[in-house]
Amino acid sequence: MLELLEQLGKTTRGSFAKLGRATFFLMHTLTGVREILPRPSLLIKQMYSIGVLSFLIIAISGLFVGMVLGLQGYYILSDFGAEESLGLMVAASLVRELGPVVSALLFAGRAGSALTAEIGLMKATEQLSGMEMMAVDPINRIITPRFLAGLISMPLLAAIFSSVGVMGGHMVGVGMLGVDDGAFWAQMQNGIDFNEDIINGVIKSVVFGFVVSWIALFEGYDTIPTSEGVSRATTRTVVNSAFSILGLDFILTALMFGDI
Amino acid sequence: MQHSKTQDTLVGLFVAIGIAALFYMALQISNLGSYSNSDSFTVSARFQNSGGLKVKSPVSVAGVKVGRVSSITLDKESHEAIVEMQIDARYDNLPDDSSASIYTAGLLGEQYISLDPGASDDYLKNKSKIDITSSAIVLEEMIGKFMMNKAEGK
Repeated sequence: MLELLEQLGKTTRGSFAKLGRATFFLMHTLTGVREILPRPSLLIKQMYSIGVLSFLIIAISGLFVGMVLGLQGYYILSDFGAEESLGLMVAASLVRELGPVVSALLFAGRAGSALTAEIGLMKATEQLSGMEMMAVDPINRIITPRFLAGLISMPLLAAIFSSVGVMGGHMVGVGMLGVDDGAFWAQMQNGIDFNEDIINGVIKSVVFGFVVSWIALFEGYDTIPTSEGVSRATTRTVVNSAFSILGLDFILTALMFGDI
Repeated sequence: MQHSKTQDTLVGLFVAIGIAALFYMALQISNLGSYSNSDSFTVSARFQNSGGLKVKSPVSVAGVKVGRVSSITLDKESHEAIVEMQIDARYDNLPDDSSASIYTAGLLGEQYISLDPGASDDYLKNKSKIDITSSAIVLEEMIGKFMMNKAEGK
């Protein structure tokens, strides 16, 4: 019994300690922004590996999600004789929820796991300690550009996802199923408000980009420097990111669209 | 770790596409694009009951959208709803004895204003008023009346 309590206490202490380390890590990362801004080439390199290389998977997933929404929405809406609302349905679900959430999940899987593995391996091969020996701050030099790149790329990727998705929905709805082209766009433009829907969607994706980059980089930095440790850290990145994204999405949606 | 030009270009392209997507969302998907009705004139009408009409509800003639509702206010003296609508300047030849009615698109759909052209030779201008109006049909009211008639008929 006493052992059980001891174990519980240990776990609690451990998780609080980790949270504390993560917070200090974040602070340290953010102070590095000052040093990165005069050297944008570091940022460009990371934007390439985080943003540009995620572009294809995001665009293709967006296209298919939009097309599926077009098909499913059409079958449901045609029961009520409201096929014209297809545009609104596709755009609202993409801009408000699916765009930010699905692209953040893909981003965590595509870019987040790569970041954790990269940083973890740097730690395991003592490259980070090596930098410290050379009096180079590894967090400022290595972590901050990656963090900023994730923060910038995520909203852009979510916007691409939503836009491509709407085009996919248009392709299926208007091209294949014969919904009226004008009504498709008109209903969409009537129903989607710039401030309420688009801006809130962008805010969501910025928050997700922040959280996913933070988790991925911290898990990599905090990893046990063995091959098993790195593999566990990578798994934790994907799992924790997914939890955080979905949980935060609920909270943000309640704050933005609910009357709470 | 050399700095490559292709990478720069690809990142630039990526950012450009991302920003283009944001603009696309703003202009094509949301209502921001349809605000640019620079050429339009305002017409007002009084209704006994404006029902579920909202700002930005469509105004149509013969089913063709010609404008949208810009404001709905209550006249404090007559307790009528004053509905102002902006009509696209292309449609400047609507007769000034046209009538305005509030209809519902489908049984449960959105409410909109339908203008029925009259026969006058004078046209609706900026700030003109539409005199002949018919109010929104409130479903509960109709059901209530129907029930009353049924009860009285017995």
